[in-house]
Amino acid sequence: MSEHETLEQRLSEQGVSRRAFLKFCAALATMMALPPSSASAIAAALSQAKRPSVIWLSFQECTGCTESLTRSHSPTLESLIFDMISLDYHHTLQAASGHAAEQARDDAMKAFYGKYLLLVDGSIPLKDGGVYSTIAGRTNLDMLEEAAKGAAAIVAVGSCAAFGGLPNAQPNPTGAVAVSDIIKDKPIVNISGCPPIPAVITGVLAHYLTFGELPALDELGRPKAFYGETIHDRCYRRPFYDQGKFAKTFDDEGARNGWCLYELGCKGPTTHNACATTKWNGGAGFPIEAGHGCIGCSEPKFWDAGSFYTPLSAPAADVASISQAAAVAGAGAALALSATDRAKRQQVQQSREKLTLEDLKGN
Amino acid sequence: MSIQDIQIKVADAHSIGNINAILNEIATHLGNLVARGDNALIDLKSLPFSPDEYEGLRAMLGRGEVTARLDSIGDSEIYETHFPGVWWVTHYNVEGDIVADLIEIADVPAILHSQWEDVRTGLGRLRNILSQSE
Ligand code: SF4
Repeated sequence: MSEHETLEQRLSEQGVSRRAFLKFCAALATMMALPPSSASAIAAALSQAKRPSVIWLSFQECTGCTESLTRSHSPTLESLIFDMISLDYHHTLQAASGHAAEQARDDAMKAFYGKYLLLVDGSIPLKDGGVYSTIAGRTNLDMLEEAAKGAAAIVAVGSCAAFGGLPNAQPNPTGAVAVSDIIKDKPIVNISGCPPIPAVITGVLAHYLTFGELPALDELGRPKAFYGETIHDRCYRRPFYDQGKFAKTFDDEGARNGWCLYELGCKGPTTHNACATTKWNGGAGFPIEAGHGCIGCSEPKFWDAGSFYTPLSAPAADVASISQAAAVAGAGAALALSATDRAKRQQVQQSREKLTLEDLKGN
Repeated sequence: MSIQDIQIKVADAHSIGNINAILNEIATHLGNLVARGDNALIDLKSLPFSPDEYEGLRAMLGRGEVTARLDSIGDSEIYETHFPGVWWVTHYNVEGDIVADLIEIADVPAILHSQWEDVRTGLGRLRNILSQSE
């Protein structure tokens, strides 16, 4: 890896035109959930970007997060990982094994001390001295603490690393905790989800690469661009919710008509994530589109929050007041919805736009 | 029982209401283009659609006189809709996945302009050819 070469130099050496680069930046803006007009700002920042070193540690996890990322589509993992970052250690993906693998991690930590990005998936078990998960004879706790010291920032990938996740569910036999329960002196981004949306993982990496710093975060440490709104805010079935049209079973008339899944236990109203718009499997769909309610996998303790099939106890928005507003305005519920959604979206967009400008000033 | 026996009805695409919201947004931007020459972009990937509404929007906007194809790190399809000044811009990657799907409100979509960096490089190439043939 040549450390000083910028992305623009590398692309022009490969004969990639400026127009192609602008197209790539348009795709990045979409992926980072930034306003599409920011593509030219992204282009300006990216042309100066250097390739950061990335160390990825996998702890008490199921490898679903890595699966999610390696199945990601836009822009391809290939182009992202190999052109834009230098993945210096990932014990599932790397070719090296045993001492050579651990050596690669040591070398990268020394060479890029204070500068590398540390990605972590999986929770960290603390009970009984951390014996429940070890790598090369060392506990996850030990390895995390060591790697965190030289990291510029940490990205906790998946609900396990972000919030403890499934290993942390009652009765938590291994004493599993989140990265943020252990590391207190480094910036941490939580990319929750079980698994997280691949485009969100790559979007955060792209943001770091583009602007040289982490994106704006919510109170749970999640990037606002992706977790700023609930599934319910952006759900295409939302007009049915507002009209009070609910499926009562998974095979009734309402289910066949694609009505709202609230009464079947959908956790969309309390779940912050980007599934409803970013979608899964290359944009093919997301659980609600397949007829199953959201299970809330990007929220803390989702596993212990009661049955996935019990309706949330109170409606998230005051349905009556929305339809009243609609009646007053003489418009359909759908239009009233788009007005409330639009106001909310503008708020989120504004905070995002602020972020972009600040980031650019910082460069 | 065969798969045809499972009764699935597709809900009427136009009854859900998401399309109307975006048409309103397009009309606002188009008004700004007419009044002040302002360009705008709408990221379709950030908007909620039912499975049918996406196609519904396409049908609603229709196709106008101009279609362009960009062959650059994968295809891009750019066409003017039935409403002059409203362009549908879809970028694909080399694998054929959609990486950006935009409605652009402008007289010409930005990506179609020749880029000065590319023009300069091209001029260099042309001069090179001429100098070799002298
Ligand atoms: S409750 Fe669930 S299915 Fe219904 S509109 Fe909200 S997110 Fe969509």
